Amino acid sequence: MDILSLFVVIPVVTVIAIMFAKNLEQTRWISATGMLIQLGLAAFLVFSYLHERNMGNTAHWLFTYDTVWFSSLNIHYTVGVDGISVAMIALTSIVVFAGIFASWEMKYLSREFFISLIMLASGVFGFFISLDLFTMFLFYEVAVIPMYLLIGIWGSGPKEYSAMKLTLMLMGGSALIMVGLLGIYFNSDPTGAMNFTFNLNEIAERGIPIEAQRFFFPMTFLGFGVLGALFPFHTWSPDGHASAPTAVSMLHAGVLMKLGGYGAFRVAIYLMPQAAHEQAWIFIILTAVSVVYGAFGAIVQKDLKYINAYSSVSHCGLVLFAILMMNQTALNGAVIQMISHGLMTALFFALIGMIYGRTHTRLINEMGGLMKIIPFLGVVYVIAGLASLGLPGLSGFVAEMTIFVGAYQHTDTFHRVVTIMATTSIVVTAVYILRVVGILLLGPVRNEHHFSLTDAVWWERLSTLTLLVAIAAIGIAPLWLSDMINFSLKPIVERIVAIL
Amino acid sequence: MTFNDILLMRHELLLTAVMLLVLIVDLFATGNNRKLIIPLALVMFLIITVVGFLPAQYGKLFGGMYETSGTTILMKNVLNIAVFIIFLQSVAWLKLEENKQKLAEYFVLILSTLIGMNLMISSGDFLMLYIGLETATIPLAALAAYTHHQTKSAEAGIKLILSSALSSGIMLYGISMVYGTTGSVSFTEVALNWANAPLQMLAFLFFFAGMAFKISLVPFHLWTADVYEGAPVNVTSYLSVVSKGSAAFVLMLVLFRVFPSIVDHWQKVLYAIAVLTMTIGNLFALRQQNLKRFLAFSSIAQAGFILLGIIGASSLGMTTVIFFVLAYVFTNLAAFGVLSAISAATGKENMADYNGLYQTNPRLSLLLMLAMFSLAGIPPVAGFFGKFFLFTSAASKGFYWLVFIAVVNATISLYYYLLPVKAMFINKNENPIPSFRSDFYTKAGLLLAAAGTLAIGMLSIGYEYIASFSFGLQ
Repeated sequence: MDILSLFVVIPVVTVIAIMFAKNLEQTRWISATGMLIQLGLAAFLVFSYLHERNMGNTAHWLFTYDTVWFSSLNIHYTVGVDGISVAMIALTSIVVFAGIFASWEMKYLSREFFISLIMLASGVFGFFISLDLFTMFLFYEVAVIPMYLLIGIWGSGPKEYSAMKLTLMLMGGSALIMVGLLGIYFNSDPTGAMNFTFNLNEIAERGIPIEAQRFFFPMTFLGFGVLGALFPFHTWSPDGHASAPTAVSMLHAGVLMKLGGYGAFRVAIYLMPQAAHEQAWIFIILTAVSVVYGAFGAIVQKDLKYINAYSSVSHCGLVLFAILMMNQTALNGAVIQMISHGLMTALFFALIGMIYGRTHTRLINEMGGLMKIIPFLGVVYVIAGLASLGLPGLSGFVAEMTIFVGAYQHTDTFHRVVTIMATTSIVVTAVYILRVVGILLLGPVRNEHHFSLTDAVWWERLSTLTLLVAIAAIGIAPLWLSDMINFSLKPIVERIVAIL
Repeated sequence: MTFNDILLMRHELLLTAVMLLVLIVDLFATGNNRKLIIPLALVMFLIITVVGFLPAQYGKLFGGMYETSGTTILMKNVLNIAVFIIFLQSVAWLKLEENKQKLAEYFVLILSTLIGMNLMISSGDFLMLYIGLETATIPLAALAAYTHHQTKSAEAGIKLILSSALSSGIMLYGISMVYGTTGSVSFTEVALNWANAPLQMLAFLFFFAGMAFKISLVPFHLWTADVYEGAPVNVTSYLSVVSKGSAAFVLMLVLFRVFPSIVDHWQKVLYAIAVLTMTIGNLFALRQQNLKRFLAFSSIAQAGFILLGIIGASSLGMTTVIFFVLAYVFTNLAAFGVLSAISAATGKENMADYNGLYQTNPRLSLLLMLAMFSLAGIPPVAGFFGKFFLFTSAASKGFYWLVFIAVVNATISLYYYLLPVKAMFINKNENPIPSFRSDFYTKAGLLLAAAGTLAIGMLSIGYEYIASFSFGLQ
C-alpha cells in the first residue's frame, strides 16, 4: 500500500480497534496509539518529502498512486501530495493528536466519542491527499457529518440547535460544491470528445471554457467559503464552536475550517483562474468584512469560546482574502496562516476547555487572577494570545506579515484600500486578546472558590505543549516551511499568471 | 412454443410456481405445521433470486407482447433482492398470534403482485403493461388491509384500491387514445406512427399521470401518506421500495422506447414534476411524527430525485436510475427493517418513542442512523453514490439549475433525516423502548440490508454491471 492511503487506513483501523475496547482506559490508549502512529507517519512524510526534493525530484506531485474506481464515469482514486498538502497533513496530525489528549477525561459514551472524532480526522486526511475531485468531495462530506453527533451528543449549551445549524449550513455549502464539481467535470474536455475527468491536474492542463468558469467559480468558491467562515455565511461558526466539546472545537477550528481555504484554492482558483480574476473583487470585499467584522465581534463577547470563534472568523477570513490576491507572496502567506491559525486556535480551544473544566464557567468577568493559581495554563494562554496577535517570533507574525505584503503588491487603489482596511484587524486583535489576558489571568482573584484549582495534569501538558512547540517552531524557523510551500506554489502561480 | 421460449419467462414462471406451491401447502397444513410455510417460502424464493442471475437468452413472445432483455432481467433481479429482504424482515411479524392463520396469504399476495410487476417491466405493448399493472395493484390493496381488524389498515386498503382504480382508469383512457390515433398498442409501432397530434399529447399526459400515481409523484401523491401509515410496516416497505421502484423502471422504459419523438416535451413535464415532488415531499416530511408517514414523505422526495436520472434520456441516466433504486432498496429496507423489528416487538411507531433508543438497542440505532445517512446522501454509504450519480446524469444534459434545486432539497432533507438520529442518540427518555432480542430471520434481513447499504457504493462492480445493460436515446 502506498504511504498516503495509510493516512486514511490508520484512522479506520483505529476506529475498528476502539469498537472492541472494553473500558475507558483501553479506548483512550487505543486512540492515543493510533494517532501517535499517525503523527509519526506525518513526520515521516515531511521528512521523505524534503528528502525527495533535495534529491532533485521536481515533479509537482509526489507519492502519487492511481487506480480506477468507476471506469464508465472515469472516476479514479488518485492520491498525491505537494508542499501545501504535506504541510496541511502535518498540521492535521498534530491537532488530532493533541485533541485526543485534550479529551482524555471524556467519560460519557467515550468509545463513541473517540470513534466519531477519529472518523472526522480520517475524512480530513482523505481530503488533503485526494487529487480526484470525486474522492475529494466524498472525504469532505465524511469530515463534516460526524460534527453533528459530536456537538449534539457531547456538546454544551444549546447544543442541538448549534449542531443542526452547523450541519445544515456546511451541507448547504457542500451542495454548492457538488454543482460546481459537476460543472467542472462536464466542461473538462474542451475538445468535445466527451472524455471527461475529475482529475485535478488534467482539468488544470486542459482548461475550462470561460463561460463555464463564470457560472461555476462563484458556486465552488462560495461552497468552500461557507466552511471557511466567509461573511455572511459564518454564523454557524460561533454557535457551533461554543457548543462543541473541547477536542471538537480544536479539530473544527484548527483543521476543518482549513478545508474551506484549501478547497477554495485548489479547486476554485486553481481550476478557474480567469473567472476568479474577474469576480475576485466581490469576494475580496466579503472576506475583508469577515476579517474586520470577526475581530470586532470578538471584542464584545464575554464567553471565551465565542471570543475565540469570532477570532477564527477573522483569521480564516484572512486566509480567503490572501487566496483571492492570487500572487505568490499572498498565497504563501495564506498557507502559513492556515497552519499557524490551525495550531493557535486549537491551542486556545484546548486551554479554554481545560479552564472551563476547572472553573465551570467560560464568562471572562466571572474569573480573574488565574495566572497565580494555574500558572502553567496561564502562561501557555498568554503565549497563544501573543501568537494570535502576530508577535514576531511566533507563527502568527510570519503568516500575517506575508499576507499583507503580498496583498500590497497589487498597485491599484481598490486592492490597497481593502488591504489597509484588513490590516486594521491586527490592532483590534491585540485589543481583544490583551483584554482577555488582563481580565482572566491578571488582576485579583474574583471567585474565592478558584483558589483551590489545580494546575494542568500530564495529559493536558502533553496536549498543549505539542501545539506550543509547533507554533514556536514555525515562528523561529519559518523558512523550511515557506520554502516547501513556495516550491509547490511557484508553478501554480506561474500557470495562473500565464493564463491571465 | 418450444421449451426455450418458455424459459424466456423464467422469472414469472418460477414466481407462479412458488406462489402455487405455498397455496397448496397451506391447504394441507394444520395448526403448528403452518409455521413451516415460512422457511419453505423463504428457501424457494432465495432459489428464485439466485436463479434469476444465471445467464439467459433474450427474445420476444406472443407476437411482441412480452419481451426480455438484459435490462429487464436486471430490473427484475433488483426487485427480487428487495422482496427477499422484505420476506426475511416480515417473519417476526407474521409469527404474531393475530397473523398466524393467514400467513400464507401474505406470501401469495406479495408474489402475485411481483408477477404483475415483472410483466409490466417485460411488456412490449400497452395491453401487457396494463395487465401487469392491474395484477400488481389489486393484491396490494388486499395487503394494505392485511390487518383488517384495525380500522387504519382497512382504511388504507380502501384508499389504495379506490385511488388505484381512478388512476388505472385515466391511464386506460390514455392508452385507448394512443390506440385510436396510431392504430396499434405495440410499443414499436406506436413509436413509429407517432405524429404529435394534440390528442396524442393528451394521451401521453393521461398515461404519464397513471404512472406518476404509482411512483407517487406530486401532484398524484395524496394517497401515499395515509396508505403508508395504515398498512402494516412490511407492506409499507414493499410499497415504498418494490412498487415504487418497479413503476419508476416501467416509466423510464416506456418513455425511452415509445416516446422518443416527444423527448423535448416530456423533459419539460419531468422537470416541473421533479421540482414539485422533491420540494413538496421534503416540506411535508419536516413535521411528521409517525415514522411510517415520515418515510412516506421521504419516499416521495426520493422519487423526485429519481426523475433526475430519467430526464436526461441517456444510457448514463438509466444506469443511475437502476443503481439508485438498488441503493434505495438496501437503504430503505434497513430503515423499514428497524421499524418493523421494533414494531413487531413493542408496537411503537412514533418518533418520540425512539428517544434514547441508543441506550437500550445500540445496534438497531446504529443501523437506523446508517439508513438515515444513506437516505440523506452522506458518504461513504450507498445513498451518496446513488444521488451523486443521478445528479451527474442530469448535469450531463445541462440541467444545472435542476441539479441545484435538487441539492438544495437534499440539504433540506438532511434536517429531517437527522431528527430520528437526534431522537435515538441525543434525546433523553425515562422509559426508552426496552432492550429486546430479534430472531434469526430479522437479523439476517437487517444484516443483508446493512451490508448492501455499506458495500454497494464503495464497490464499483455493481455500478459497472448495471452500466453494461443500460441504453438511452441518442
